[in-house]
Amino acid sequence: MRGFLLNRLSQSLILLLIVSVIGFLVLNLLPGGPLAQFGLDPGMTQDDLDRLKEQLGLNRPLLMQYLDWAWRLLQGDWGHSFRDGAPVLAVIGRHVFATLLLMGTSTAIAIAIGTWIGIRGATHRYSMFDHVATVGAMVALSIPTFWFGLVGIYIFSLRLGWLPAGNMYTIGDGSVLNYLHHLILPSIVLSLVHVAIWSRYMRTATLDAISQDFVKTARAKGLSERRVIMKHVVGNALLPMITLAGVQLPSILTGALVTETVFTWPGMGRLFLDSLGYSDYPVVMGLLMFSAILVILGNLIADIAVAIVDPRIRLG
Amino acid sequence: MVASIHAVAPHDVALSVRDLTVNLPEGMERTHAVENISFDLKRGQILCVIGESGSGKSVTANAIMGLLPRVIHVSSGAIHLDGMNIIGMPPDKLRSLRGRVVSMIFQDPLSALNPLMTVGAQIDEVMAAHSVGTPKSRRGRAIELLTEVGLPDPELMYHQYPFRLSGGQRQRVMIAMALALEPTILIADEPTTALDVTTQAQILQLIREIQRRKGMSVMFITHDFGVVAEIADSVVVMEKGHIVEQGTAQQVLKSPGHPYTRRLLAAVPRLTGEDRIPLETANKAPILKVAGLMKTYRSGNSLFGAQRVVPAVNEVSFDLAPGRTLGVVGESGSGKSSLGRLLIKLLDNDGGGILFEGRDIARLSEAEFRPLRPRIQMIFQDPFASLNPRSTVGHILTVGPVAHGTPYAQAREEAKALLAHVGLDAGAFGRYPHEFSGGQRQRIGIARALMFRPKLLIADEAVSALDVSIQAQILQLLDQIQRETGVSMIFITHDLRVASQICDEIAVMQKGRIVERGPPSQIFLDPQSAYTRELVAAIPGEQPGSTRPVAANG
Repeated sequence: MRGFLLNRLSQSLILLLIVSVIGFLVLNLLPGGPLAQFGLDPGMTQDDLDRLKEQLGLNRPLLMQYLDWAWRLLQGDWGHSFRDGAPVLAVIGRHVFATLLLMGTSTAIAIAIGTWIGIRGATHRYSMFDHVATVGAMVALSIPTFWFGLVGIYIFSLRLGWLPAGNMYTIGDGSVLNYLHHLILPSIVLSLVHVAIWSRYMRTATLDAISQDFVKTARAKGLSERRVIMKHVVGNALLPMITLAGVQLPSILTGALVTETVFTWPGMGRLFLDSLGYSDYPVVMGLLMFSAILVILGNLIADIAVAIVDPRIRLG
Repeated sequence: MVASIHAVAPHDVALSVRDLTVNLPEGMERTHAVENISFDLKRGQILCVIGESGSGKSVTANAIMGLLPRVIHVSSGAIHLDGMNIIGMPPDKLRSLRGRVVSMIFQDPLSALNPLMTVGAQIDEVMAAHSVGTPKSRRGRAIELLTEVGLPDPELMYHQYPFRLSGGQRQRVMIAMALALEPTILIADEPTTALDVTTQAQILQLIREIQRRKGMSVMFITHDFGVVAEIADSVVVMEKGHIVEQGTAQQVLKSPGHPYTRRLLAAVPRLTGEDRIPLETANKAPILKVAGLMKTYRSGNSLFGAQRVVPAVNEVSFDLAPGRTLGVVGESGSGKSSLGRLLIKLLDNDGGGILFEGRDIARLSEAEFRPLRPRIQMIFQDPFASLNPRSTVGHILTVGPVAHGTPYAQAREEAKALLAHVGLDAGAFGRYPHEFSGGQRQRIGIARALMFRPKLLIADEAVSALDVSIQAQILQLLDQIQRETGVSMIFITHDLRVASQICDEIAVMQKGRIVERGPPSQIFLDPQSAYTRELVAAIPGEQPGSTRPVAANG
């Protein structure tokens, strides 16, 4: 296990290096550059721009800029936003809670409901339930999330007036209930597609497990069908799902671009979009590194979780 | 026969099947999985149900367990378990019989245990499901059972996960589980088929022993007459869903009445102990010389320690003359398959040399070896997995030669001729593998290998996945091909009886080494090494010195 972790750690570092180099390069290939925003200001002269360029260190060769940036990153300095001069980590910190709240809730909903639909679809294969679930998943997957979001807003906010159309809370009212009220619509809309994905995978994994010989052994022992499914089938079906959950884990913190925009949710997705629009390179690079680290962590956690659950990997 | 069964008083019968018919779903090749079958399992006896694949023997067992898949229904007849008719019994009542009155062990011990539960928990579960005992008493009983089936260190075994156990040990756990509630009837569905021959002998002995000690009734399903000879009191022979013959083991084995039984018995590969008449060839110089061949598997990461080193092939040396067959026999893990893969350079060796027609192919790079590839061909074990399901037979046969430069039209003509030669009609050329049976697919596999006019054929367990009657046909075909083409053959198998039939010489492998090499007469009648003696003694139904249970004129 220790050898495995060391191995993974060294692989991860190399991966992060590659991601950062590519990210940095591609970002700087974009036309305009970080100063384009300032150039729009009619009061700015070329001299001003040059001075700014020098101040921000943008007149140095790209390699130097990268090395400087990477060296500071290693020391924990993620740089400062071009937009308002705030440290990048602080900017990310401001938005991460909103995303965690929204994504955490919707992921929890998606896993709970998706798992249940998947198991039931597999144990009642080709039943009415299974067919409805299959068609439902297809619909949820093929219609874009923003459409569901807009329809949800139209029905529940504009027509019925039950739920707020956007934002995380009403200004001046920071109560938990107010947060929850704002959370309902976006989290359900967001979970739709995840329920669809999760239930399809769970159905397949359950069908795989059900056809295994040890399930027949369990039945031959005289176990009740309920126990056969809960103890022998679901346990084994969840193994591959852990890996899938690991892949989804980073999105809990990096956010959902489209949904956050539709519901004006102040999360990481919005931050990314806005920062790109302002060519705020330090923040964009910070977000890139942040999500790369999360992806690696998510997979690592999934691997460790599989090892804990599966004795063949834990002890093998 | 039938009259004598009816004469048995009901209390002497543990299991009675009467006029049982099980329907298959529409669109299958037969309408019934089994049709109108009747037999009795007497108390304290072992009844062997024997038949080839598709005979309906497993369906019968599942019907008795009440575990038929939903799409398959019992349409008529009765099954009496300990006097109770289970057909039409409510599912809950049926469930309470499973594991308590009748229990079952399965073919593949590697997949029949839940990988995520400890051995102890899985045994405990049987008792808990029937609300027997307290957690403490169940634990004691489980350890008692593990001791009873001869597992070492039962206390430790209780907490072990299945993957830590060998195949034989897992099958012992299955047996312990099945015995937990002392059922009246034990159904064993091919319980030794997936095991090595020495392990098989041990498990058969264990089942026999426990059955005698507890006076249990055992229904034992098998395709192997050797196993029948070993343990059966009475025998039921099934073919295509019908019982064609039943009687005592003595009767069925010594004087089979039905032609199908006679055919099955005749097809059982016999341990001949007779040497093969070698093929006369002009050139006596060995086509293949293997000297000091080594292959070591390393797993784990060398950088961070904890490396496992397994010598799979260790200092193996032998010669093979043109037109001769060398059998390589051994149990799983003996290195016989690794040897085969080294010879065809699907694996790289770590030491030693392979001289093929005087040239050391072990040293050649992949590119240098490529022109030689057609001359060494392989026949694979699983005829279902080794043919690409999306290619036509014609494509499978011609793709190789075309890649090596043969014009397509010529390759096609050769392929058609070869198909006829291996016993398939030329129409097979345009069809897909799934349209053929296992035996036919293996013929396609052989034709594929022959397309290259090879000098050396390596057959890795080429008949192991086939029914005995098909097995016999394929062995005959290989023999005929060798006589016609003078190809040399390396025949890798775990089945000593098969090896005895087709090989001029046999090499016995154990833990990567050849422990003994010699003609069949030596290996089977006068084995020199202790391991070979052990292997030969373990062959089911082959007691040295006794006459074969098979009717001589079969």
